[in-house]
Amino acid sequence: MQFLDFEKPIADLYDQLEKLKENGAKSGVDVTATVKEYEQKISTTRQELYDHLTSYQKVLLSRHPDRPYTLAYIEKMCTNFVELHGDRNVKDDKAMVGGFAELDGETVMFIGQQKGINTKMRQIRNFGMANPEGYRKALRLMKLAEKFNKPIVTLIDTPGAYPGLEAEERGQGEAIARNIFEMVKLRVPVICVIIGEGASGGALGIGIGDRILMLENSWYTVISPENCSTILWRSWNFKEKAAEELKLTSDHMSRFGLVDGVIKEPLGGAHVNPDEMAVILKQKIKETLAELKKIDADTRIEQRIDKFSNMGFFEER
Amino acid sequence: MSSWFKRIKQGIQTSTSEKKEAPDGLWHKCPNCKKTSTVRDLKEHYYVCDKCNYHNRINSAEYFEILFDNNEFEELFSNIYPKDFLGFKDLKPYGARLIDAQKKSGLKDAMRVGAGKVEGNDLVVACMDFAFIGGSMGSVVGEKIARSIDHCIAHKMPLMIISKSGGARMMESAFSLMQMAKTSAKLTQLADAKLPYISLMTDPTTGGVTASFAMLGDLNIAEPKALIGFAGPRVIKETIKKDLPEGFQSAEFLLEHGFLDLIIDRKEMKTRLATLLELFKK
Repeated sequence: MQFLDFEKPIADLYDQLEKLKENGAKSGVDVTATVKEYEQKISTTRQELYDHLTSYQKVLLSRHPDRPYTLAYIEKMCTNFVELHGDRNVKDDKAMVGGFAELDGETVMFIGQQKGINTKMRQIRNFGMANPEGYRKALRLMKLAEKFNKPIVTLIDTPGAYPGLEAEERGQGEAIARNIFEMVKLRVPVICVIIGEGASGGALGIGIGDRILMLENSWYTVISPENCSTILWRSWNFKEKAAEELKLTSDHMSRFGLVDGVIKEPLGGAHVNPDEMAVILKQKIKETLAELKKIDADTRIEQRIDKFSNMGFFEER
Repeated sequence: MSSWFKRIKQGIQTSTSEKKEAPDGLWHKCPNCKKTSTVRDLKEHYYVCDKCNYHNRINSAEYFEILFDNNEFEELFSNIYPKDFLGFKDLKPYGARLIDAQKKSGLKDAMRVGAGKVEGNDLVVACMDFAFIGGSMGSVVGEKIARSIDHCIAHKMPLMIISKSGGARMMESAFSLMQMAKTSAKLTQLADAKLPYISLMTDPTTGGVTASFAMLGDLNIAEPKALIGFAGPRVIKETIKKDLPEGFQSAEFLLEHGFLDLIIDRKEMKTRLATLLELFKK
């Protein structure tokens, strides 16, 4: 298990527990009672720690290297996943994945950014930063789902759309804008779940739907706290402060009414128990899909437009 | 040498207060070619340098004057003001930043909307003001666009949005991000009503503005040499660790790559716009 810096108290307890078990095995002394005690202690320490996470600690959790990514969730929740490739125009963007899968007997189109699980894959996946062809592949798959009347679930996890030279040449801005515009009009139910990082336009490019949900330890806002710190404080050192000011946690976003719900994670975060997380997520997706299917397509689209149209704060004098 | 010609006292004797300088605002130096011209000349040339064709950045007041017949228009939704809902504070509280920007620019936020006629053709123009916190898009910009679209649908008028923005306004956090969704969602209604939407991108148009309404025009138009892009040039340079090619992200670059319908010089903007509006009607 990998621990983040702020999880040091838990990491220490784990170390002690391991030593205890070793000693027990070596000396033949029965340590089961002490082991239990330690496990209890780990659990309470974790609870205390996680009850009081700062915004930036949640950002770090959302980037935990062991955290499950899009493909892991699809594999755990579904059967018969068939990944579909390419935007039919330029290439296949490995930072954006998608395809049909069976969710308890029902065909669903899953789409999401994909981060790599090791150094080599992280490069291939471009750290989950899609190029325009990634967004265009996503849109192609959404249109495919719409044509065959299959619901769409997007899983969002990106540090942003890729800010590269070729991305600009191929119209990163246009690709994201087009996706937002077209997703508003999709005639099938659309659920978007932020499973990790929800950074700015890169997230929003697959983030328009009937229900927007966030995993407990994910974040969603207009810019990463690091970049915000660099621009507004002119230094990288204010990222914690920037994270607080941006109010980017699932808790804030749900209170502001900018997302429709928060999905609880297992204690210690999704990476501590990915299987349990997948079960919780699947349950929530199924419930939400059932709810959305009761609404007819025109009403759904109308509600979608109303929802986003009501976002914003201003005064009328 | 004759003694009357000899300089006896050294240095400049005139005290600063007695120096006769031209008052501010009479002369303008082109930031591109350094040519000096009077402000009156500049205005007559649509704030475009008559030597190098550099398009100076102008605000909504100037665009309205350039576009609307006899500068006659009705300003819409001018009662909408920004609000510091989140209590955002970086080096300065957002609330104070808003008041400063309002004082300095005389504007309420980064967009004004005018409804009037362009060579006799009805048009609603929603124009961004770069002078207000870098033309950043917050809730007020989003709301004004949303209401402009409602107005266009109710009165069957075409819409033009003039973009000039650094992108989403960070101090409004996720609310500013959601203005991308809000404006694009409202544009689907304008599209359903089959009313033309003309997007004019001016220098600079970047970030969330590019990645939403600016790129969604039935016609995407730009002013010459305008910087248009999603990521800013500095960010891209840092990412790829290479110098960017000459003219990268310029309007001409975007036209070449297929993201613009046309580039129009500001001095021809009104006539060309009127022609386009008439073509949609006939």
